[in-house]
Amino acid sequence: MSRLGTLGARLYRGEIGYDFVGKRKIWYGISILITITAIVGLAVRGLNMGIEFKGGAVFTTPKTSVSAPRAQEMAEEASGHDAIVQELGTGGLRIQISGVDTDKSDQIKAKLSQELDVKADDVNADLVGPSWGKQIANKAWLGLGIFMVLVVIYLAIAFEWRMALAALIALIHDLTITVGVYALVGFEVTPGTVIGLLTILGYSLYDTVVVFDSLKEQSRGITKQTRLTYSEVANQSINGTLVRSINTTVVALLPVAGLLFIGGGFLGAGVLNDISLSLFVGLAAGAYSSIFIATPLVADFKEREPQMKALKKRVLAKRASSAADGHPVGPIALNHSDELRRDSGDDDSYDDDAPGDDVAAAGAGSTVAGTRRTQPTARGRGRGRPSGKRR
Amino acid sequence: MAAPKKGRRQSAKSRPGRSLALILIAMVALTGGMFLSGHTTPRLGIDLAGGTSITLKAKSEPGQKNAVNPTNMNTAVSIIEKRVNGLGVSEAEVQTQGSDNIIVNIPKGTNAKQARDQVGTTAQLYFRPVLQLAAGTPQPDPSAGSSGKATTSPAPSAGASSKGSDSKAGDTPGSPVPSASQTTQGRAVPQALKADATPKADASGAADGKESPPAATPAPSTSADPATQKLLAKFQALDCSDKTAAARATAGAKPTDPTVACGKDSGNQSEKYILGPAAVDGKDVDSAKAVLDPQRGSWIVQMGFTGGGSKKFSKITGQLSQQQSPQNQFAIVLDGDVVSAPSVNTTLSKNAEIYGSFTQESSKDLANVLSYGALPLSFHEDTVTTVTAALGGDQLRAGLIAGGVGLALVIIYLVTYYRGLSLIAIASLLASAILTYTIMTLLGPGIGFALNLPAVCGAIVAIGITADSFIVFFERIRDEVREGRTLRPAVERAWPRARRTILVSDFVSFLAAAVLFAVTVGKVQGFAFTLGLTTLLDVVVVFLFTKPLMTILARNKFFGGGHKWSGLDPKRLGAKPPLRRSRRTTTAPVDPKEA
Repeated sequence: MSRLGTLGARLYRGEIGYDFVGKRKIWYGISILITITAIVGLAVRGLNMGIEFKGGAVFTTPKTSVSAPRAQEMAEEASGHDAIVQELGTGGLRIQISGVDTDKSDQIKAKLSQELDVKADDVNADLVGPSWGKQIANKAWLGLGIFMVLVVIYLAIAFEWRMALAALIALIHDLTITVGVYALVGFEVTPGTVIGLLTILGYSLYDTVVVFDSLKEQSRGITKQTRLTYSEVANQSINGTLVRSINTTVVALLPVAGLLFIGGGFLGAGVLNDISLSLFVGLAAGAYSSIFIATPLVADFKEREPQMKALKKRVLAKRASSAADGHPVGPIALNHSDELRRDSGDDDSYDDDAPGDDVAAAGAGSTVAGTRRTQPTARGRGRGRPSGKRR
Repeated sequence: MAAPKKGRRQSAKSRPGRSLALILIAMVALTGGMFLSGHTTPRLGIDLAGGTSITLKAKSEPGQKNAVNPTNMNTAVSIIEKRVNGLGVSEAEVQTQGSDNIIVNIPKGTNAKQARDQVGTTAQLYFRPVLQLAAGTPQPDPSAGSSGKATTSPAPSAGASSKGSDSKAGDTPGSPVPSASQTTQGRAVPQALKADATPKADASGAADGKESPPAATPAPSTSADPATQKLLAKFQALDCSDKTAAARATAGAKPTDPTVACGKDSGNQSEKYILGPAAVDGKDVDSAKAVLDPQRGSWIVQMGFTGGGSKKFSKITGQLSQQQSPQNQFAIVLDGDVVSAPSVNTTLSKNAEIYGSFTQESSKDLANVLSYGALPLSFHEDTVTTVTAALGGDQLRAGLIAGGVGLALVIIYLVTYYRGLSLIAIASLLASAILTYTIMTLLGPGIGFALNLPAVCGAIVAIGITADSFIVFFERIRDEVREGRTLRPAVERAWPRARRTILVSDFVSFLAAAVLFAVTVGKVQGFAFTLGLTTLLDVVVVFLFTKPLMTILARNKFFGGGHKWSGLDPKRLGAKPPLRRSRRTTTAPVDPKEA
């Protein structure tokens, strides 16, 4: 029997699971750390904008026997910047080099004419403006802004505003990380990068929406029961959709990885690399944020609601009383996850749980009590546990 | 197994065969259409296929010394960009070069001539009142006939007069006669000019008629001052049949001064005008679109003005409607040429319509130029040359290889994880690929859609995104199987929930695409188009292909019976009863469902 198959079943059932919501502070911390790194990287190193954004120089040569790829090598050597080479109808070449000013263009012109074996006077040098002027880039930003507003409205209607807000935060988180990676690695930002970044918009939200959809379904009528708090339901939703999230992410990342490592790897820097890198980082960040950031955030927001607070109190009270009666009615997912993951020193996981909410601080003791009830019995097998009943 | 008790909703209501037939017919039709149209590969963008490169040089106009500055150049670039990418998917590139050049790169396969016309039409747009039109007196019908002599046969002149009545402004169908005769007249005279190349006689005729109209005009040209005299002389000397001379005479007109201009009437014959100062200019036009006027069966251009523009427009039309012909006309002047000179009968305000003998294409071109505004500078075409692809075939090849490898990896993963179910996923991916490819190919000639490298990458990424929908559906089905249902009810129960999830998430993707398409221009817009298209196709494929196929296969013994390799084996999925027997349960069977 494949492990994977039964793993899915157990996750679905809540028999096993990871306490995403309970340990949210850790993941928030990690995300904040990454985000700060990204912002610092962006502020210190800035983005390496391509010719499309900042312009450069264009050299037009007369007819030459040098091939375009060879000329590209020469031009990149001579300038130290990326070059784009096109053959013209006349047999000459048009060589575009980014990030070149007038002084530099004269030097490059001299070098080029030497290497291409044409007269320096015949090489025509011109500075070009950005083809992706500020206006186009600004419009992409404007589109991003409008999209965010609309999507928040839509998610607020389809789900609720807390989920919409959490999804937005997760989305901004993904975009920041992706841009930060670009700043840190120093890859050139081209229109391809921007396009890759914009693809993340839809994709990052797709994953989040799948989890939210499940959460919405599972939390329906949540106030009518006293078994689980909202956070626990949220955690079960994440675990229940975990296989789906992993599968969708793997399946989306495989072609992108193909582009990045095969397409880009063989050819070196190029449009393929630009797009696939931003997609790769963005998709990974999107999958991460939908699981570790978006849903825990929703749980955080939700538990501020009076009725959720009341529910939590009721659940904890019931747990405390049933613990006293000797009936374990614990948050199942939590028990099992801990049982699987740590056979010793499990108590600290509940300490992580504790600082979650102000209310939780009061309830934390009883949570521990409730779980303590089950935990030792789990370890000490056959100590009159329900499992024993079944035998 | 606990299955039978819950097998309530059977798949009787769904008709999987019908949906499958529908999508197969669509695929066959699209593929057939693709071969019939003769385009079997998508049109490639300039980065992959090369194209035409046009260099435009800004003309420095006398009297406007500092007009060629970076601000104006950048404005011009963004306007040209919008024009050549009018439909948003043709992927042309526009950038400045040096201080006074603009390079426009148009991908191969675009109608390069039309694009050049659009780019070259520099569109300084003004609405000017007509002060004088050609010979400008209302006796001329007979003279038109006589001056037309042998060269003008009656038929075209009749045609011209009927068309002339079409070229009225607005929706006021009154008094077509004067404008008709006007247009006929205007047309006849230049013909005479052309015929004998002696403008003198007609010009003097024009001078005769000249004295009275300015007096009757409220416009600032007063009858006897030297400037008017100069203008008159210029008007007399103007010969619209000689393009360069005409261009010289009309060049450098300031919007605040009266000027002379040439135009073409509906029959494509030259006319000449004396025009008053610009009353409304291109910046005041808010939007313009070409529509087919159902009453006349001809193409017209509808314009909407901005707030300030409609005030100016209602003022000028208010004044003009009081005037006699020809001073009740206003000329729409594009780059010094009169495109249309409709007459006005009532005050118009917010909207205007331009009638003329437009074809669909010419009306669209004009609307395009009007709505995307006037260039701050005028340009002339410096060089036009073909360019090769900037990226070369190796990038495309690498992209396709990478895409193939990525696809293979996805398939391997799906097969390992989903076993038999992966057949459905692969078939659906295939259906999606066929639809995407044929539609993209057909959109090339259709709306100028060009596939550039980012779009190729987008399509490759779409493999994963499309597979997402199947995974959502499959996981739902497996969840239902875990609940203990047999496959047929499991599929039917899983579908409504999976459907909602798929629709909600696809809507988010589509929203992103739609917003980007509406707001941005150029490459981003082209990309947004690709994204929106693949998202829509994803929905189509899941609804019409994956779901029906799943329903049919659920009846199959291999899947329905939960064969070991079907990916739906209840035991493997850990449906409830078998799980009890599994070893793990000894440790912790606290599941409340069981308790």
